[in-house]
Amino acid sequence: MNSADNPVVVSVDQYLESNLENVDASEERAVRLARETGFSEDDCYQLGYAVREALVNAIVHGNRYSANKRVHFKLSRTSESIHVLIEDEGNGFLPGDQADPLAQENLLSQSGRGIMIIRAFVDEFVIEKTASGGTRVAMKKTLPPGT
Amino acid sequence: MSVKLTTRQVGDVTVIDAAGRITLGEGSSTFRDTIKDMTGKGQKKILLNLADVSYIDSSGIGELVSGFTTVSNAGGSLKLLNLTKRIHDLLQITKLYTIFEVFDDEAKGLASFN
Repeated sequence: MNSADNPVVVSVDQYLESNLENVDASEERAVRLARETGFSEDDCYQLGYAVREALVNAIVHGNRYSANKRVHFKLSRTSESIHVLIEDEGNGFLPGDQADPLAQENLLSQSGRGIMIIRAFVDEFVIEKTASGGTRVAMKKTLPPGT
Repeated sequence: MSVKLTTRQVGDVTVIDAAGRITLGEGSSTFRDTIKDMTGKGQKKILLNLADVSYIDSSGIGELVSGFTTVSNAGGSLKLLNLTKRIHDLLQITKLYTIFEVFDDEAKGLASFN
């Protein structure tokens, strides 16, 4: 199926202030969109969870709660998938910068598990540095075949 | 709704009945403060009942781990009771199932401390 048959429809395209109050509402919007697209409740939860974790990373670790920095949050859908884009204005972060949270010596670390859980909950996950130095996360969750 | 923690004493074991969401911010700090308060009072046998916890994010998972470490370092143990399927799955993804003792039955959880 080409993109003309299954167009991408943008549902949310916002520049959020860097505070945690925006996280709950954004997670809820992702869950609502997933529900409208026909995902199961477990899949809706997983997509919402991934959005929450990525947004928290952008606000806390990327923009460091700065009042002068925004988080670009974009949600779009086709008839069979949800696409999420989250981009911060921080100093850039790649998972390779982080210790392996599953290594025995790191199991008791207090942090560092968010990206691992995101990877488990979505079908595609790309994280990269932006041209301006921040971090861009792109995620996709697809309806199971036959849904 | 943030997390609500209710404690009860069963013999020498403190059971914490948690309800709501354990997420970054108030939910996770409430849990942290409660565990520190308990270990400060010498309560070192803690059974955390998660039956009514509807959601826990990675920060909340970090607080569970921190609580486990705090209690262990004080010479005690923190064990988990009544995981929902979603929390169970999160502990498997993060391999924390290998760290925590987990029970589905409160009586068995209580007995495990003795």
